[in-house]
Amino acid sequence: MAGTHTHALFVHGDSELHRLPASPKLGALGLFVLAVVLTPREAIGAFGVHAGLVLLGAWIAGLKPMFMARRLLIEIPFVLFAIFLPFVGGGERIEVVGLSLSIEGLWGGWNIVAKATLGLAASVVLTATTTVPDILSGLDRLRVPRLITSIAGFMVRYLDVIAGEMHRMRMAMLSRGHNPRWIWQLKAYTASAGALFIRSYERGERVYYAMTARGFTGRIPTFDEKARPADWARALSLPAIAWFAAGWGVVAG
Amino acid sequence: MSIPALEVEGLSYHYPDGTEVLRDASFHIHPGERVALLGPNGAGKTTLVFHLNGIFRPERGSVTVAGLPVEDANLMEIRRRVGIVFQDPDDQLFMPTVRQDVAFGPANYGLEGDELEERVTAALSAVGMLNVADRPPHHLSLGQRRRVAVATVLAMRPEIVVLDEPSSNLDPASRRELAAILTSLEITMLMVTHDLPYALELCPRALVMNEGSIIADGPTKEILSDRDLMKANRLELPMGFDPNLAS
Repeated sequence: MAGTHTHALFVHGDSELHRLPASPKLGALGLFVLAVVLTPREAIGAFGVHAGLVLLGAWIAGLKPMFMARRLLIEIPFVLFAIFLPFVGGGERIEVVGLSLSIEGLWGGWNIVAKATLGLAASVVLTATTTVPDILSGLDRLRVPRLITSIAGFMVRYLDVIAGEMHRMRMAMLSRGHNPRWIWQLKAYTASAGALFIRSYERGERVYYAMTARGFTGRIPTFDEKARPADWARALSLPAIAWFAAGWGVVAG
Repeated sequence: MSIPALEVEGLSYHYPDGTEVLRDASFHIHPGERVALLGPNGAGKTTLVFHLNGIFRPERGSVTVAGLPVEDANLMEIRRRVGIVFQDPDDQLFMPTVRQDVAFGPANYGLEGDELEERVTAALSAVGMLNVADRPPHHLSLGQRRRVAVATVLAMRPEIVVLDEPSSNLDPASRRELAAILTSLEITMLMVTHDLPYALELCPRALVMNEGSIIADGPTKEILSDRDLMKANRLELPMGFDPNLAS
């Protein structure tokens, strides 16, 4: 398993965005999403500016439109209910190709879909240009509690290991004639989940021993990436435009 | 005679359920020696290893590393002096990147900046793994991960490196490459192994452990050639392997 795949979300490249340290990129993403959320839903022009900024980011990073579209598919189950809002919403209604739609519902649905899509698209640009280890050290740099980043780090590190163990257990079950087709055969799965838990627990203990053997005393050392003021200035230029657009939307609305 | 890099004297230990795991185990290793620790499953080898850096504490007897006894007051320095390479590299390598993992040990001892960077670079170069420094450990092959695990310990500049089954699960090529790296390092080494040809290749001296005691201590070739000793301690050479013909 090891060595056969690369980073799950990262796309190799050498763009300006790839080279930028993670902490300014994370800061920029946070500020951008906040600007999008605060934009009034009627300010269509401001949403156009936001979309332009995301596309600019994707273009700088060298990400293809089809790639962005594929990554955005994950959004569908989350915004599905927004599609129903125009049909079930109350208030004034409008006739569109024979369908009676609620105007309030249309605005509500638009609001959810537009903001979710912009936020997700910006996150796609970040994860495609920043490796998981870099995101974690960037979060460290932004003073996210070490406990949180450590837990996230261990999770990323051991997900593959535990998934590998689960896969081997499943193969061993199938090899002994297990045919998981009926609901009552779930019993074997619940038993293997228990075994997996014990194994993971024991591994945790061994990892802890290995850490203490190298002088661990309860504090994981930080390995800061070095972000210069110029990096911050470059990264924050995009959300700054988004904030102007949002502010203009509020004033104009 | 120089101060031993490692001195184990009359070590005894029981599990909480009363099982005796170590029984009056004694030996010492001098600086620069490469020693194999051989013995069947359940002989107490792993328990002994955990005593060497103070993760387990002896009920009786003592462990001394380069003159420093293993006790609470010295624990941090002891753990720097004794570098343990665990059998499963997935237990040892837990940081997001290889570089950060190798830096973990020295950083715990307050090293930072360029000094830390030099340590990491030197340790990774010593095992030929500098080219994977920025990759996550779980993207490496087992052979690569084991070499990185050795580097994580080398970065602490230990007095003695203890390897638990270094050749287990490696394909023959990775096994040979690791042997070449281990022999190239000028360090004191205690290698716990069931791989007897590997012990003969890497370690001029061997200890045999069984039922918690050190049964034999001598040149590896002599120990592997002593049929009665081998049989009494459940040690078996691969079919057709003759320690006197292997060079």
